Amino acid sequence: MVELTIDGIKTRVPEGTTVLEAAREMGIIIPTLCYHPSLSPYGACRVCIVEVVEDIRSSLEASCTLPVEQGQVIFTSSEKVTKARKLIIELLLASCPNSKTLQDMAANMGINKVRFKIKDRGCILCGRCVRYCKEQMKSGGIGFVGRGTSRRVATAFDLAPEECRNCGGCEWICPVNERACMAGNLIDGLCGACQNLKPVETCPVCTECSQSVGPSGHKVY
Amino acid sequence: MVSDYEKVKTIVDRYDGKHDSVIAILQDVQSEYHYLPEHALRVVASQLGLPLIQVCGVATFFKAFSLKPRGEHMVSVCLGTACHVRGASAVLDEVKRRLGIERGETTEDMRFTLETVNCLGACALGPIVVVNGKYHGQMSPGKVKKVLKKQKKEPPEG
Repeated sequence: MVELTIDGIKTRVPEGTTVLEAAREMGIIIPTLCYHPSLSPYGACRVCIVEVVEDIRSSLEASCTLPVEQGQVIFTSSEKVTKARKLIIELLLASCPNSKTLQDMAANMGINKVRFKIKDRGCILCGRCVRYCKEQMKSGGIGFVGRGTSRRVATAFDLAPEECRNCGGCEWICPVNERACMAGNLIDGLCGACQNLKPVETCPVCTECSQSVGPSGHKVY
Repeated sequence: MVSDYEKVKTIVDRYDGKHDSVIAILQDVQSEYHYLPEHALRVVASQLGLPLIQVCGVATFFKAFSLKPRGEHMVSVCLGTACHVRGASAVLDEVKRRLGIERGETTEDMRFTLETVNCLGACALGPIVVVNGKYHGQMSPGKVKKVLKKQKKEPPEG
């Protein structure tokens, strides 16, 4: 067992747990996009960053890929974290402005403007579909091709892959695939219609509630 | 005549079908065909038991690999800072004129492919033109003819 402190609360978790899992266990919600409990952690979206304090220094780390350590001190919503997280959401929105999940996250965090040039790619390269296909379907029909700005999710030679069983899982697991927000034109990269600048209470029932909170708040199923 | 399938299979067999030797295998395939043909990637993937997309991902990630057919002779003109100030652009223009192609293109007879690079780490020799891995330093537009002619005379490899 490893003892660590998250947001000032001491906890004990088994070795090998990630900081994100430890926090979720405690009911502390860290927003995520590329993380999925049944897939291997990937650390692509960086939305789950937390502040790790060591002596007088602190660093920002992606909590989904950060293993717990003895005596670790973690802050999940310090000023440094929220500032960086806002920037990350802004950057993600710039490449995927029509995603409801992202727009909701932006509204939740009080982002008022996307300061970057919007280039709609409809994908944030989180790799959830790629990992789902490979790990859950044991198929591997889709993957990343190219590098840098031309990196994208594709099938081999853009042909329907032999491995594909048309399960539709890649679409289902995509955190941004819904074409949301019927609000019409985006203002400063934000949909604006569901602008909800008040902090939303987190509910203990749904583990993913921090990801997509609509204008009417939480639904408890 | 050995079939394409056999050719690629022999290359893969040299590496005992190890998954971590994808890059080495692709390099060997590329030196055989001068580029990575689709059928070769399919053979590599099936022989290694990897999904095709994984091999494609590696092939598209590295700039050294090309999925487009390339000519027998690779002509790389360095346009790095040192070469640039010593007149690399004039050398490039001359190569383009002589071969009748733009950067990244291949001549119709599939003999030459022209590409530009940003530094070869031999700035003292600039401007540099690399033909088939051989460095030609202190190039000038006048010397281009000689360097290219040498390649034209030599019979194609293989």
